[in-house]
Amino acid sequence: MMAVLQLAWKSLLNRRFTALITIFTIALSVALLLGIERLRHDARQGFANTISGTDLLVGARSGPTQLLLYSVFHIGNATNNISWKTYKELSQHRKIAWTVPISLGDSHAGYRVIGTTQGFYEHYRYAGKRNLAFAQGRPFKDVFDVVLGSEVAKKLEYRIGDEITLAHGAGKVNLIKHDDKPFRVVGILGPSGTPVDRSLQVHLHGIEAIHKDWFAGSPIPGVRFDAERVRNMDLTPKTITAFLVGLKSRIATFRVQRDINEFATEPLLAILPGAALAELWEMMAVAENALLVISVMVVVVGLTGMLTVLLTSLNERRREMAILRSLGARPGQVFALVIGEASAISLIGLLAGILLLYLGIAGLRPWLETEFNLFISLGLPSHRELGLMLLVWLSGTLIGLIPAQRAYRNSLADGLTIRV
Amino acid sequence: MSQAVVEAHKLTFRWQPDHADVLNIEDLRVDSGEKLFLVGHSGSGKSTLLSLLAGVIVPQTGRLSVLGQDMHKLRSAQRDHFRADHVGFIFQMFNLIPYLSVVDNVLLPLRFSSSRRQHVAALDHDEHLEARRLLDHLGLNDPALLERPVTELSVGQQQRVAAARSLIGAPQLLIADEPTSALDPHHRQTFIELLFRECEEQGSTLLFVSHDHSLGQRFDRQLDMADINTATQEDQ
Repeated sequence: MMAVLQLAWKSLLNRRFTALITIFTIALSVALLLGIERLRHDARQGFANTISGTDLLVGARSGPTQLLLYSVFHIGNATNNISWKTYKELSQHRKIAWTVPISLGDSHAGYRVIGTTQGFYEHYRYAGKRNLAFAQGRPFKDVFDVVLGSEVAKKLEYRIGDEITLAHGAGKVNLIKHDDKPFRVVGILGPSGTPVDRSLQVHLHGIEAIHKDWFAGSPIPGVRFDAERVRNMDLTPKTITAFLVGLKSRIATFRVQRDINEFATEPLLAILPGAALAELWEMMAVAENALLVISVMVVVVGLTGMLTVLLTSLNERRREMAILRSLGARPGQVFALVIGEASAISLIGLLAGILLLYLGIAGLRPWLETEFNLFISLGLPSHRELGLMLLVWLSGTLIGLIPAQRAYRNSLADGLTIRV
Repeated sequence: MSQAVVEAHKLTFRWQPDHADVLNIEDLRVDSGEKLFLVGHSGSGKSTLLSLLAGVIVPQTGRLSVLGQDMHKLRSAQRDHFRADHVGFIFQMFNLIPYLSVVDNVLLPLRFSSSRRQHVAALDHDEHLEARRLLDHLGLNDPALLERPVTELSVGQQQRVAAARSLIGAPQLLIADEPTSALDPHHRQTFIELLFRECEEQGSTLLFVSHDHSLGQRFDRQLDMADINTATQEDQ
C-alpha cells in the first residue's frame, strides 16, 4: 500500500500544474470557511463581552433588547427616564453594592455623550474583568471635563486640553449646540472594542449644567446662564436614563431584579446584561448562519473542482492503470491510487488554507481592529474549527470515491489492454 | 521431459454468457525455458489468451494451469498477486509510467511483488544496481540517458526499458505482446536477441506474440492462434 501511495504522490507531482490550481481553489475556500467561522465566533465573543461585571441593568420599563440597545450600544433612544429620587432610593438597597448612573441624550459630532460618575471607570468591565484603561490623561473631575473614547479621539484628532462643545440630541445635523458651555478634554481611553470607544463621557453634573437653562428639550427663551454661574448652582440631576448595578452577592440577582421590576412608585425594568446580549445575538443568528452556509457552499465548489480535475485525468491515466495492472496491481490498489490522490489534494489544500487564514488574519488584524472594531484572535484552532477541518478532509476523500470507483471499473474492464 | 509452464486443456472463454466463445483451445503446453512464438492477427483471440495467462480473467470451462498453479482455484486478488510474482509483461508501446525515472520504471515490479524483491535481494547488490545492470545488458548504459524523462526516450529505448522491467526479479514467465512492432527491422532483431539472452540467463520462459511471421524462425517453436483457437472469430 505504501508503494501505491508513493505512486499516487509521484503521479500528482507529474500533474502539478492542475493539481496546484485545484489545491489553491480548495485552500481559498477553506480559508474563507475557517475565516468566517472564526470571525463569527470572535464577533459573538466580542459582543457577549461588551459588558461584564454588571449584574443588572436598569431603565424605564420597555423591552430588554431595547434597554440594552440604548443604554449599552447607544442605538435608539430611551422612551422614558428614571427619576433621581428612585435612583437614590434603589442605590440604598441593602443587597446592592454599587450603582453607576447613565444619562444619555447629547452628542458630539455624531458620537454619544454618556453622563455618568467616576464609578463608571471603576465598575464598567468588558471581556471578562478588563477595566476601561486610560491611554492618556485621567477621569473627569470638573463639571466641564470630558473623557473621549479611543475612536472618538482618533477620528476627530482630539488631544488633551482641546475644547469641544456638545450638541443636544443624537445625530450629525441641525442639532442645537450647547456652545455657550464648552468642555475640556482631560482623558482619552484606550481601545476596548466596546461601544465606549465611540462615546464621550462627562460627569452627570455636566449634563445637568448644560441643560440648566433648558426646559422640555429646548432652551428657555430669554434665559441664559453662563458657565461660571451654572457651576455654582445645584447640579443634582432630576432624571437619568439608566443605571448599572453591582450586587454584594450574585445569589441575590433574581431577588433584586424582582424588587426593581415591582418597584411601586415608578415602572422600571431590570435585566441581566449577559442574558440580554445572548438574546440579541440570537436575532442576528440568521445572518450568521447564512454566512456559514455560503462559505460551506464555497468549499463544496472547491471540492467539485477537484472532482472535475480527477475525472478528466482518469482518461489520460488509463494507460498508466493498465501498466500497473500488468505489474500485478489489484483493482483495489488502482482504487486506492485515485482516492489517495483525492485525499492528498484535499489535505494539502486544507493545510494551505489554514496557512492562508493565519497569514490573512495576521496581515489584516490591525486594519480590522481600527476600521471595524473587530478583534480576531490568532490563537490555535478551536474544537469546532478542527471539526470543520476534519470534515473538509473527509469530504475531499469521500468525493474521491467517485473517480476511484470509475478507475476501478475501468481497470476491470480494460484488463491489460492499453487504450491510448 | 521438462516441466510445463503453461498447461491448458479444453479451454473456453466468452465475455458475456449470451455471447459466442472467443477462445476455444483443446490443448496448449509451454515448457519451462522454452521460447515460443505465437502468431496471431488482431481478432485471433490472442489478447484474450494473454489475459487468461495473466490471470486477469478466468476461463468459463476447461483447465488452465500456469507454473503448476490452477488459475481458477485462485481468487482475483490472488491471481493479481500471482501475476506480480511470476509474470513479466512487455506491451507493444507506451509501456512506461511517464512520471517515473528510467530506473524507477524498471524497479516498479518490485513494489508489487515481495518474491521478486527477495530474488533481487539474494543477489549481491542492491535494487538500483540490478536495474542498472539489466539496462546495461540491454544496451542502455549512457548515464545521461538514464536521467532523462522516459517520454523523451526513443521508442526502441523505451521498449528496452520495458524489457528490463519485465525481467527484474527473474519472473518465470515473460509475455511479450507485439513488443517489436513499433521498431524498425534492425532494432527488431537486436531487441529479440537481447531478450533471448536475458531469458536464457535468468531461465525465464518466453511467450512472444506477433502478427509478423518473419520474426518466428529463431524461436524454439512457432504456434499460430488460428490453429490452436477453434472458436469462430468475429468481433474479438
